[in-house]
Amino acid sequence: MPEAAAHAQPAWVLLAYLISGVCFILALRGLSSPESSRRGNRIGMIGMIIAVGTTLAVNIEKIPSEYAREFIHTFNSGPWNALGLIIVAIAVGGGIGLVTARKIQMTAMPQLVAAFHSLVGMAAVLVGAAAYLNPEAFGIAVRITPIYGPSVINIFPVSRIEMGLGVAIGAITFSGSVIAFLKLNGNMSGKPILLPLRHVINLGTLVAILGLIAYFTQDQAPFVFFTIAGLSFAIGFLLIIPIGGADMPVVISMLNSYSGWAAAAMGFTLHNSAMIITGALVGSSGAILSYIMCRAMNRSFISVIAGGFGGDAVASGGAAAIDRPYKRGSAEDAAFLMSQADQVIIVPGYGMAVSQAQHALREMADILKKEGVRVKYAIHPVAGRMPGHMNVLLAEANVPYDEVFELEDINSEFAQTDVAFVIGANDVTNPAAKTDKSSPIYGMPVLDVEKARTVLFVKRSMGGVGYAGVDNELFYRDNTMMLLADAKKMVEEIVKALG
Amino acid sequence: MDFISILSIFVLACFVGYYVVWSVTPALHTPLMSVTNAISSVIVVGALIAAAAAGSASSKWLGLVAVALASVNIFGGFAVTQRMLAMYKKKERKDA
Repeated sequence: MPEAAAHAQPAWVLLAYLISGVCFILALRGLSSPESSRRGNRIGMIGMIIAVGTTLAVNIEKIPSEYAREFIHTFNSGPWNALGLIIVAIAVGGGIGLVTARKIQMTAMPQLVAAFHSLVGMAAVLVGAAAYLNPEAFGIAVRITPIYGPSVINIFPVSRIEMGLGVAIGAITFSGSVIAFLKLNGNMSGKPILLPLRHVINLGTLVAILGLIAYFTQDQAPFVFFTIAGLSFAIGFLLIIPIGGADMPVVISMLNSYSGWAAAAMGFTLHNSAMIITGALVGSSGAILSYIMCRAMNRSFISVIAGGFGGDAVASGGAAAIDRPYKRGSAEDAAFLMSQADQVIIVPGYGMAVSQAQHALREMADILKKEGVRVKYAIHPVAGRMPGHMNVLLAEANVPYDEVFELEDINSEFAQTDVAFVIGANDVTNPAAKTDKSSPIYGMPVLDVEKARTVLFVKRSMGGVGYAGVDNELFYRDNTMMLLADAKKMVEEIVKALG
Repeated sequence: MDFISILSIFVLACFVGYYVVWSVTPALHTPLMSVTNAISSVIVVGALIAAAAAGSASSKWLGLVAVALASVNIFGGFAVTQRMLAMYKKKERKDA
C-alpha cells in the first residue's frame, strides 16, 4: 500500500493535530457568552501554536543537509535557509495582520472580514499549486521508475480530486471576497451589476469546473490544473458582482463558509485532522450564519445568490412618494419626548454605522438614564452589513451588552414603550412586511416599532428609500415624528437639548 | 490515515460545528466571523510543508507566499477578535 506508507506520520504528530482541532472547537464554544469568549479566543491561539509548531518540528527535521546547501544555493543569499525564510514570511504577514487589527475602525469590520476571507482563499490556491508542483513532499504521489526512460510522478487519483476541489473553492473564495471587499469598502458601487445571460454563463462555468476536476483524475497535465484555477477565479467574480450591497450579510457569511470548505479540502489532501476539523467548523459556521441572515430577510438562499436585488440604502434614492404629509420634529422635540418617557428603545441600523453615531448615541442614553428613563437597544439580525455588526459598534461605544436585545426578545415590549428611537434603520421597521402582500419585503420579520407610543425616526432626508426600494408606511403615521438630519449630528443636538 | 478515517473525522466535525455554532449568541456573530477567519488559516500547515520541502523551488516560493498570507490572517484574526471581545462589558453594578 504505497498510499498508507507515504502518509505515515508519527503518532504524536497525529495527536498534536487532533489537540489543536479540539482547541478550535473550544474557541467557538467560548462564544456562547461574552464572559467565556475571551478565554475561548486564547484557547484558539494555543491551538494554532500547536499546529504550526508541530508542522515546523516535523518538516524542518526532514530537510537533509545536502538539500540545505542546495537551498542556500537556490536562493543565493548567504545565511538564508528554509526556516529563516519561513520566519521572515511569518513575521512580515503577522506584522501586517497585527497593525491592521489594531488600527481598523469598528465600522470597517465587514470590509476587514472580507479581506481576510480573500487571503484564506488565496492561501488555499497557493498550497494547492505547491502540492501540485511538488506532490512527493506532501506524500500524495508515487514515483514510478520504468526500466527505460525518465521516472514519472503520479499523483493519487483521490488526491487529485481533493486538490482540484480545494483549489477551486479557494479561488472562488478569493475572487468573490475581493469583490465583496470592494463593494463594502465603497470602491465599487453597491448596486448589482447584471450581465446578460449571467445564469447560463455561471452554470456553464460551474459545470466546466466540475468536469475538469473529473478529467484531472485521468490526466494530471498542468493545463488541466491551471484551467480549473482560472475558471474558479472567474466564477467567484461573476457570482458576487450581481449581488447588491444590502445582501452583503449573506454574501460575507457564505464566503466565510467557503473559506472553511477550502481548508477542509486541503485537509483531505494533506490528511491533516486539524485542517479537516477546522474546515468543517468554519464551513458549518458560515452556512448557519447565511441561513440566519436569509431567514431574517425572508429570502431563499438561492434568490440571494441569483442576485439582482438591493443596491445601497445610501446610494439609492428617488422612487419614494415624497408628497405625502408627515410630521417633522426638531432635536428639542425629541429631547423633550424622550426625557418624559419611562422607556426608550433605540433601533440602530446601517445608517448609524455610516455616520459613526454610536458614541453620541451612548452619551444620549447615559443622560436619559440619569433622568430615570429605561433605555434598551433592539437589534434586527440583518441590521448593518454583517452578522452582529450593530452589537460590535454598540460594544465599542461602551454600551453594556445586557441592554442590547435581539428581535425575538424585545419585540413584545414596543407596545409598552413610550418612545422608539429609530436611527439609520429602515426596512427592518417597515410595517408593510406584516400587512402588504404585494411588498417585496412581505413576510420578513420586522421590529414592531409602530406599536410604541411615539416613533422618532432619524433619517437623512425624505427622498431616499430602503435597500428594498419600498416606501416605509411608518413615516406617515400619526405617532411618527421624522428627524431629518445626519444621524450623528441629530443625536449630538439632542444631547445638547437634553443637557 | 486512510480515506475513511479522514471522512469520519470530517463528518463528525461538521456535526460538532453545527451544534457549537447554534449555541453562539447572536451578539457575538461578528467576533465569530473573525475568529473562524483566524482558525481557517490553519491552512498554514500545508504552506509550511511546501516551504520546507525539498524539490521544486517554485513550490517552495508558493509555500512561502502562502505562509505570509495565512500569517496576516492568523495574527490579524485573533488580534481583532481579542480587541472586539474586550469591548463587550456588562452593566456596572452600582451596589457593588
